[in-house]
Amino acid sequence: MSFQAIIGTFELGIIYGIMALGVFLSFRTLNMPDLTVDGSFVTGAAVSVVLSMSGHPILGLILAFIAGGGAGCITAFLHTKLKIQALLAGILAMLALYSINLKIMSGRANIALLNQPTVFSEFEKIIGGDYSKLILASLIVLFLIIIFYLFLNTRLGFLLRATGDNDQMVRAMGVNTDMTIFVGLGIANAFVALCGALLAQYQSYVDVGMGVGMVVIALASVIIGEVVFGISSLMRRLFAVVLGSCLYRFFIAIALELGLPADDLKLVSALIVALAISAPVLKEHYNRLKRKYSPTKPPASK
Amino acid sequence: MLKLAGVSKTFSIGSINEKRALDRVDLSLKPGEFVTVIGGNGAGKSTLFNCISGMYEIEEGQIILDGMDITNQPEYKRSRYIGRVFQDPLKGTAFDMTIEQNLAIALGKGQPADFRPGVTKKNIKYLQERLALLDLGLEDRMKDKVGLLSGGQRQALTLLMATLVKPKLLLLDEHTAALDPAIAKKVMELTRQLVEKENLSTLMITHNMKASLEFGTRTIMMHDGKIIMDIKGEERNTMTVDKLIAQFEKRSGTALENDRMLLS
Repeated sequence: MSFQAIIGTFELGIIYGIMALGVFLSFRTLNMPDLTVDGSFVTGAAVSVVLSMSGHPILGLILAFIAGGGAGCITAFLHTKLKIQALLAGILAMLALYSINLKIMSGRANIALLNQPTVFSEFEKIIGGDYSKLILASLIVLFLIIIFYLFLNTRLGFLLRATGDNDQMVRAMGVNTDMTIFVGLGIANAFVALCGALLAQYQSYVDVGMGVGMVVIALASVIIGEVVFGISSLMRRLFAVVLGSCLYRFFIAIALELGLPADDLKLVSALIVALAISAPVLKEHYNRLKRKYSPTKPPASK
Repeated sequence: MLKLAGVSKTFSIGSINEKRALDRVDLSLKPGEFVTVIGGNGAGKSTLFNCISGMYEIEEGQIILDGMDITNQPEYKRSRYIGRVFQDPLKGTAFDMTIEQNLAIALGKGQPADFRPGVTKKNIKYLQERLALLDLGLEDRMKDKVGLLSGGQRQALTLLMATLVKPKLLLLDEHTAALDPAIAKKVMELTRQLVEKENLSTLMITHNMKASLEFGTRTIMMHDGKIIMDIKGEERNTMTVDKLIAQFEKRSGTALENDRMLLS
């Protein structure tokens, strides 16, 4: 792998890390399987590209963030007010967003940014050099992690975390759990959309199908990060999630390097997640088999 | 303080499993009254609690708390005035958060969920003092996750959380039933202290006939969704477990089938 490729992989990993932070909020903190991600990711990318085309890349990121929040609120509405299961609510929102994303892109399946300014090109003009993309992405992620950390330590953040642990307790404490779910899913998808928005400007391209499997990739990043980098404190966990995303990108880059056809990537992603989630069970099976076939030692008698 | 008028609740209306769990229940509590609730399985004790706390909606009747009609208020709104401790020690706390964070949530009951810090230094000091009163040594473990605590420690913590902001009504649903006897005794003693010190209006479900007479100022017995016995004052002071069982069998027309109620 060339040095250039390593830097590129890091850049992608850090950008995708923003999505992993969002999914961390819904899957881990709120304990809700939120599949809106596949749709809200593209919503962010579409909004970002459309606004970049008219020369407003920064505004594009901000509006993408807001649009993603709206998408999350749709899922929260379906789940809390209409009592649709979380999983199905997310699927419905994802499906609806496909059409909405096409509308944002004026009915085109993909749009390329040709020499229009993006946040990356603007930043490069200021500091120059080969690392400007990496620096910008890192700064944005660092900023988001700090904001995220501070938020999770506010009263609202506490209640959101408690909702994931024990929603009954939150209601017994006089707080509407519908509200915490709205806030949680809203912020989670705002992060996901911001990730899509940054990625679209990074690659100067948006495709209506680019969101497929994003939730799986994000989940893989969260799990890898937690296993490899630890969960001992909240701050550590947030960094772990982003670093997990970088590791995931490296796995993929190496697999491609070794000659894996790009078409098989989604299959590999699904396998990684399935293996990571089932690891404890597989380990248990392995231990049982080991006990079964190892020569039995009778307990030592006195 | 609390007034229930003709409260009815039926499960699975219109199906063959239709069950009238509460049948026009009337109940009135004076401020500071500590009422123990007894009755066999399926008598409607927990249903009564769940209707008062808003977990279930009722079909008929009215629930008034301190002059406020809360009949149609959602659960979370009523919770601002009602403290609850459940039978299951897992239900009262957030296991993946620290003792300090759990208590901070309880301390903020009734205040808006906003962007102020979840815990402040000043709060921690106060919470530690309150926790020290439980005499379980938890005040030195503020940063420990609640998931690390035993069932008894959790129930004591939940009890403190339910009363940290003084509620108008405290509901205890067999909150010591899942604990081993020594810890159960300790938690009951803490309950008595807290209720007496804060002069809380309290309803406590118990399976223990002896405890039902030992604790509180009034005892009600439920059967088949109705309150069939309500004793207080002199009558209660002279009541024994044997007489209570005899009364139950006379009034309900059935033998007391529940071993758990007789034993202990």
